[in-house]
Amino acid sequence: MANAREVRLRIRSVKNISNVTRAMQAVSASKVRKSTEALIRTRPYATKAWQVLTHIAGQPGREQMHPLLVQRPSVNRVLVVLLTGDRGLAGAFSSNIVRFAAQKFDNYPVPVDYVAVGRKGRDLLFRRRKSVIAEFSNLPAAPSFGDVSAIGRIAVEEFLSGKVDEVYLLYTDYINMARQVPDMKKLLPLEVTNAEGRVQDFQAAHRGPAATYLYEPDEMAILDDLIPRFTSLQVYQAILESLASEHAARMVAMKNATDSASALADTLLLEYNKVRQQGITNEILDIVGGAEALGSS
Amino acid sequence: MPIRCEIVSQDRMVFEGDADIVVLPGMEGEMGILPNHAPLLTTLNMGILKVRYKGEEQYFTISGGVAEVQPDIITVLANAAENVNEIDLARAEESRRRAEETLAKGPPPDTDTFLAMEAALRRSNLRLEAAHRYRRSHPRPGSSTEK
Repeated sequence: MANAREVRLRIRSVKNISNVTRAMQAVSASKVRKSTEALIRTRPYATKAWQVLTHIAGQPGREQMHPLLVQRPSVNRVLVVLLTGDRGLAGAFSSNIVRFAAQKFDNYPVPVDYVAVGRKGRDLLFRRRKSVIAEFSNLPAAPSFGDVSAIGRIAVEEFLSGKVDEVYLLYTDYINMARQVPDMKKLLPLEVTNAEGRVQDFQAAHRGPAATYLYEPDEMAILDDLIPRFTSLQVYQAILESLASEHAARMVAMKNATDSASALADTLLLEYNKVRQQGITNEILDIVGGAEALGSS
Repeated sequence: MPIRCEIVSQDRMVFEGDADIVVLPGMEGEMGILPNHAPLLTTLNMGILKVRYKGEEQYFTISGGVAEVQPDIITVLANAAENVNEIDLARAEESRRRAEETLAKGPPPDTDTFLAMEAALRRSNLRLEAAHRYRRSHPRPGSSTEK
C-alpha cells in the first residue's frame, strides 16, 4: 500500500485538475450562450435570402439562369468543406465530424478535395493523407461574416472554374446543450426548388402566383451578387452552428472531467484515511510490542 | 393599404413594419416603392433608405444589398443597415478620421487594405451625413409628440 504522503499529493493534484476543468466548463458555458445568440441573430437574414432565392427559382423557365444553379451532367470531382474546431479538450467533437466525413467520402466513386476549417480537422485530414486544397484555422472566437466569407469564395471559385462539380459542407449541427449531430449540406450547385418544400410554404403564405420580376439593373447582376453571397452565408451559418456545438461539447466534456475528478478525489481520500489509520495502528503495535518487551525483561 | 417593409442585415433584423412609401437607394438612382408595386428585384447602392408611414419618416443607412419587392411586401437584404437614430456619431467621426489618416499616408501595401479603408471611409461619411441631415429635423421617436 502506498504511503500517506504519496496519496496526499495525488489528492492535491486531482483537485487542482478539477479546478481547471471546472473553470473551462464555466468559460464554455458562457461561450455556448454567446454563440447561440449569434446563431439566432443571423437567422432572419438567412431565411429572407432563402425566400428571395426560392422566389427567383419559382419563376417560369429559369432552370438555366445562373452557372451556380446548374447541375452538371457528370460529376468528376467533389469538394468537401469540413468544419472542425481549433482546439481539443472537447470530447469527441472533432473526431466525430471527421469520422462522419470518412463514412461519406472515403469510398466515394470520384476524387475528393478538402477545405479544412479548424486546426483539428486539418491535422486529422493530413494524417489520413487526404488532398487538402485550403485550410482556415485560428478563426476569431466570434467570427464576423467578413472573417469567413473567403471560405465560401473558395468554394464558388473552385466550382466555377470547373475543377469540382459539386461542393458539400460538413459541419456539426447544434441541437441543444447535450446533442450535436454531424450534418451534411450540398452547397453547390444550389438546389433551390426541392429544398424541403419551402417553395410551397412561401407560395401558400403569399397571395396569388408571383408574376415575373422586373430586374434592376439586370437579372444577371442581381444573381451574381445574391447567389455567391448566399453560399457564403450558408458557410457562415454552419460555422456558427459548429462553434456552438464545439463549446457545448467542451462544456459537457469538462463537466464529466470535473465529476470524475471529484469521484477520484473521494476514492483517494478514503484510501488516504485507510493508509493513515494503518500507520497509526502499526505505530501503536510497535509501542505496545516495545512496552511488552521492556516489561517482560 | 400599407406595404410591409422588412430590413435585415447580415447580423440582425433592423426594421419590420408597415409603410406607405419606401424609398430605396437603387443602383441607378432612388426608387420610391408604393403598395401594389409590380414584383421587382434590385441591387442597392450605399445610401439612405426612407420609410414613411402615417406621416412619420424613418431613415436607415444601407451599405449595399438586394431588395425584393412583392405587391404586399418589401424585403431588404442589406450588407449592413442601421437606423439613423442608432448611429453613434462619435464612433463614426473617429472611424472617418482613422480612414482619412490611413489614406493620406499614401497607397497602402495591398489593394485589399486600400479597398477596405476606402469602403470604411465611404461608410462613415454616409453615416455622418445621414445623421446630420435627418436627426435634427426628425427627433428620436418617442422623444417628442409632434407628428
